[in-house]
Amino acid sequence: MTDIKVVIPGDAVDTHMEVDGQEQQVLRLGPGLSHIGDTINAVNAGVLHSSSDGSQYWVVSNKRRYVAAEGEPVVGVVVARHAEGYRVDIGSAHDALLPLLAFEGATKRNKPNLAVGTTVYARVSVANSLMDPEIECFNSNTGKAEGFGELGEGFMFKCSLGLARRLFSSKAPVLNALGSKLPFEVAVGLNGRVWINTEKPETTVLVANAIKNSEFLDAKQCRQMVNELLDKH
Amino acid sequence: MVAEIPPSNIEAAFVLDALQKNIRVDGRGIYDYRALRISCGPAPGMVEVQLGQTRVLARVSCEVTRPAPERPTEGIVLFSCELGSMAAPGLESGGGGGPRASAQEVAVSRMIERIIRQSRAIDTEALCIMAGIKVWTMRIDLHFLDHSGNLVDAAAVATIAALRHFRRPDVTVDGETAIIHDPRDRNPVPLSIHHTPVCVSFAFLGAAGDLVVLDPSLLEEQTQAAAFTITLNAHREICALNKAGGVPLDASQIGRCMQVAVAKSDELIDAINAALGLNKS
Repeated sequence: MTDIKVVIPGDAVDTHMEVDGQEQQVLRLGPGLSHIGDTINAVNAGVLHSSSDGSQYWVVSNKRRYVAAEGEPVVGVVVARHAEGYRVDIGSAHDALLPLLAFEGATKRNKPNLAVGTTVYARVSVANSLMDPEIECFNSNTGKAEGFGELGEGFMFKCSLGLARRLFSSKAPVLNALGSKLPFEVAVGLNGRVWINTEKPETTVLVANAIKNSEFLDAKQCRQMVNELLDKH
Repeated sequence: MVAEIPPSNIEAAFVLDALQKNIRVDGRGIYDYRALRISCGPAPGMVEVQLGQTRVLARVSCEVTRPAPERPTEGIVLFSCELGSMAAPGLESGGGGGPRASAQEVAVSRMIERIIRQSRAIDTEALCIMAGIKVWTMRIDLHFLDHSGNLVDAAAVATIAALRHFRRPDVTVDGETAIIHDPRDRNPVPLSIHHTPVCVSFAFLGAAGDLVVLDPSLLEEQTQAAAFTITLNAHREICALNKAGGVPLDASQIGRCMQVAVAKSDELIDAINAALGLNKS
């Protein structure tokens, strides 16, 4: 499949794909697609992708304004504390609610105390058009943090949502290129915020700039850019 | 409406932490400007300035009006700034200098007015067509398209470049009648601009304001303890100084900033001249 199909919001998407003479029964819609009435419509402008067996469809688009979607990891900043939870800015139109008990091992008596301005890594647990989004810092099925929680020392910067999504993949060329040269910690939020931490501020600045510069570069150019930055460093 | 959100604690702490070691978060030196791009046109008096990620569009237009009664021989210069949610989601739209204008919008537009009008960069008497009856009213619209720190410097470059790029229709006065020539009949004429003032802004960070940076980014502006703007022209005359609030500064710091500003203002003015297609004087 080499031809690229670009969709714009409102476009009907034909998802009927036959594999081995049989039509696909179960269909999963990813970001940017919506099931409206009898048809499947694009709600984002971007390039339509599908899995090879035709069971999954999604739209790859790039924008800067985050719209919360369930299950996505985000980096947020606490803006207020209420009796029942924290209000967290995740870059979407409305602040998200982070319940006080949505942390690993939190009980009514023992719950984390986050100051206003604290950065947290969390997963979106409720996202719909009628309610404010809700996020949680643990997996509510297992009760384990699974890497979510407060982000301590380090630096956070913003990038486009498309770049954040690409960074989130384990094959992100810029992260691999950087990782082979120097140690760093990274937490990618799909809301276009990336938290990084290294041992020295100059390395943090280098990693942040390398990631920001990688927006329009392919794997080879990424490696070259990282090497150039390291030479100057 | 999204309120403006201050930077998170780790961002603010990191900016200071790195600056203690003379490192800025975008990798610049402390006395470095971001990349400046000035694009003129397509219409005369239309200039877009890009300073890093900060973008400002200036548009100059003119019309013939009656002069103010107390200044019958002077043209009128009007400014309007628009700093809305287009520039940053935390800013409110619908200001335009009106009652809902944000404090930041007022601060920027006052600063620009001060450096252009009060330093007499425009020869207002040259805008007079017939004393007491007809003068040119110049209108300068500033649109902030993207706010990523240091709006004043970008806006000042855009404004003065737009004024120098602008051409007004030629006029001949014959007794009691003034003929305004169509641009197709007679070449429009440039405005009479006395000098080219540019702003050079510094931010002072840290509790005592002892860490100084040139051309602050948005994050640096949000963490600063004091800001200081120096306006200079090509003759190295100081047109304006601005320090609105913040921690007090040392005389030695001001002196050092002044030396940096002299060098940087030359660079800015050279960039404006180059964009306008003029050779280095």
